[in-house]
Amino acid sequence: MFEHVLSAFLALKANKIRAALTMLGVVIGVLAVTLLVGVGDGARIYLDEQISGLGTNLMTIVPGRRETRGFGPPAGNIARPLVMEDIQALERQGSLLRGISPMVMGGGAVRFKGRTRDTMILGVGPAFSDLRNMHVDRGSFVREEDVDSRRRVCVLGRTIVKELFGDENPLGQTVRLADGRFRVVGLMEERGTSLGFDLNDLVFIPVTAAMDLFNQDHLTQILTAARSKEDAPAASEEVEQILARRRNGERTFTIQSQDDLLKTFGALTGAMTLMLLAIASISLVVGGIGIMNIMLVSVRERTREIGVRRAVGATKSDILWQFLLESVVISSTGGGIGLALGASIVLALKRFAPSVPVALSPWIAAVAFGSSFVVGVLSGVVPARRAAELDPVEALRYE
Amino acid sequence: MSDATDALAIGEPLMVLDGIHRRFMMGDEEVRALRGVSFTITKGEYVCIIGPSGSGKSTMMYLLGCLDTPSEGTYELAGYEVSELGDEELAALRNKYIGFVFQAFNLIPRTTTVDNVALPLRYAGVGIGERRRRAAQALERVGLGHRLDHTPDRLSGGERQRVAIARAIVTKPELLLCDEPTGNLDSRVGAEITRLFEELNHDMGVTVVIVTHDPNLAKRARRNIKLVDGQMVYDGPPQEGK
Ligand SMILES: Nc1ncnc2c1ncn2[C@@H]1O[C@H](COP(=O)(O)OP(=O)(O)OP(=O)(O)O)[C@@H](O)[C@H]1O
Ligand SMILES: [Mg+2]
Repeated sequence: MFEHVLSAFLALKANKIRAALTMLGVVIGVLAVTLLVGVGDGARIYLDEQISGLGTNLMTIVPGRRETRGFGPPAGNIARPLVMEDIQALERQGSLLRGISPMVMGGGAVRFKGRTRDTMILGVGPAFSDLRNMHVDRGSFVREEDVDSRRRVCVLGRTIVKELFGDENPLGQTVRLADGRFRVVGLMEERGTSLGFDLNDLVFIPVTAAMDLFNQDHLTQILTAARSKEDAPAASEEVEQILARRRNGERTFTIQSQDDLLKTFGALTGAMTLMLLAIASISLVVGGIGIMNIMLVSVRERTREIGVRRAVGATKSDILWQFLLESVVISSTGGGIGLALGASIVLALKRFAPSVPVALSPWIAAVAFGSSFVVGVLSGVVPARRAAELDPVEALRYE
Repeated sequence: MSDATDALAIGEPLMVLDGIHRRFMMGDEEVRALRGVSFTITKGEYVCIIGPSGSGKSTMMYLLGCLDTPSEGTYELAGYEVSELGDEELAALRNKYIGFVFQAFNLIPRTTTVDNVALPLRYAGVGIGERRRRAAQALERVGLGHRLDHTPDRLSGGERQRVAIARAIVTKPELLLCDEPTGNLDSRVGAEITRLFEELNHDMGVTVVIVTHDPNLAKRARRNIKLVDGQMVYDGPPQEGK
């Protein structure tokens, strides 16, 4: 076997240009596989990081009953909205929860001295800060007593501070939020964007003040978290029971865990990666057809050589292996080059354009080598059999 | 393949042909290239097979070389009945007993002379180092010890044929089978090659069978076999003026 591989390499060395041209298709195919899978994987890892960055073991409770996982707008008909009493019940009865924050969301304009910015206003409880890993830089976050006494105070995100105050110190100042006046008590620390959403462009106020402001008596959602990963399923179960008990056993709400979200996105990006892989493998197939063509030409051109080899003692199977391995060696070498190119491009992107989410997982190498090997075998079979079946006398007489 | 026949002595029968026919189908027409040829060649002989074009000389050579099998009749090489052997056994037989020299040299392009010459040893299962060493020896023997790393396209016709002869003798075969070995060479180089065959026959005791048109080559052989229309019409010492 070693002999066959060796002579395959010698044959390629003897005809470098043709070998290079033959390889090109597979090089491009494997390059495409590496890059596209790199993009798919990058997207998956990016989403994973983003979702994990939201917090740990989070659960979101939204009103309405939904069977499907994932997220989207809550179902229209809200028979039993989520209310502050639900929060109190969870606080009293929940034993596996790390914190509970009611949430009311709305949009509105923030104004200060004639400057205005449209932004997202979040009514929250004090637990929100730890749950979502969003902390104040200066001042304090929304406190328990702020919620209890429906106090009109607010905590501003970085972008808002920059836009409205410039170099001025916002702490203690009063801003207009929609049509209420709120005193600034805290400034959030700098945060990045998450899933395209600017986490610095937010205003936090006590959830009770938000209900007053938006003139509503129900919550948009409830944010909580299990105490540990192991507790997550039990915690979800516990929340479900507590809330259902308050609704005569009716489950008119939906619990979405962070894990569900991860799974949903994982399935999504997985499907995307597979699709990209399918597209890339088309170019690999084209590369394989290229190899087969050139191998067929090569068998014809080397008819006399085949005759000579048979004359000096080669068996049919010697000839078969020779051409099959030539094809495999060409294809695998092309695969190796394509992989190296693809990996270099991915690594270069990671280094010089870190914002582009690409990744290089070890399994790409296995896929690249495996597929180029298979392509080599498949495209070599027909030419190799043709070569092996040549009649030695006719091969020697061939002009 | 057994080694029983390795001990073949000078004068013992190496090739025994009995009533050999070879027919080809050309469309609906049957071409009878050989029609009942019988002869025996013993070890150490130096024979030329002559005859007009189309008389069946090359067909005969392919049969003698176990590249082809007769349509009818029997051919025994070194005690093996060729028609009874399969592909692998025929390949082994060729590898062990026969060295071919062709009119068109048939060297493998873009491959060094030493690797060209080493080729039969590869199919004999000899390792690469030993292979190259023996190939270099064979090239030495044909006077090309200084051309080991040349590719065929950089050799003259005479040199190429010497490389081909080195390839034919590298396995130390019993039989050298040559089809018009001087056909593509001028007469001076042809004479050199002829001398080389005579030396190999004399020094190594290798049996030489040459298919040729070349009267200079034929008359130097000790025995001529003449074919006309697929039949043997003469078998004996070279005839003057023929
Ligand atoms: N594979 C084949 N199919 C059909 N006919 C063939 C085949 N091989 C040889 N022949 C025929 O058999 C006859 C003998 O051919 P062969 O090649 O043995 O002649 P030759 O004596 O070597 O001639 P030359 O001196 O021109 O080389 C010719 O008529 C040729 O056409
Ligand atoms: Mg001929």
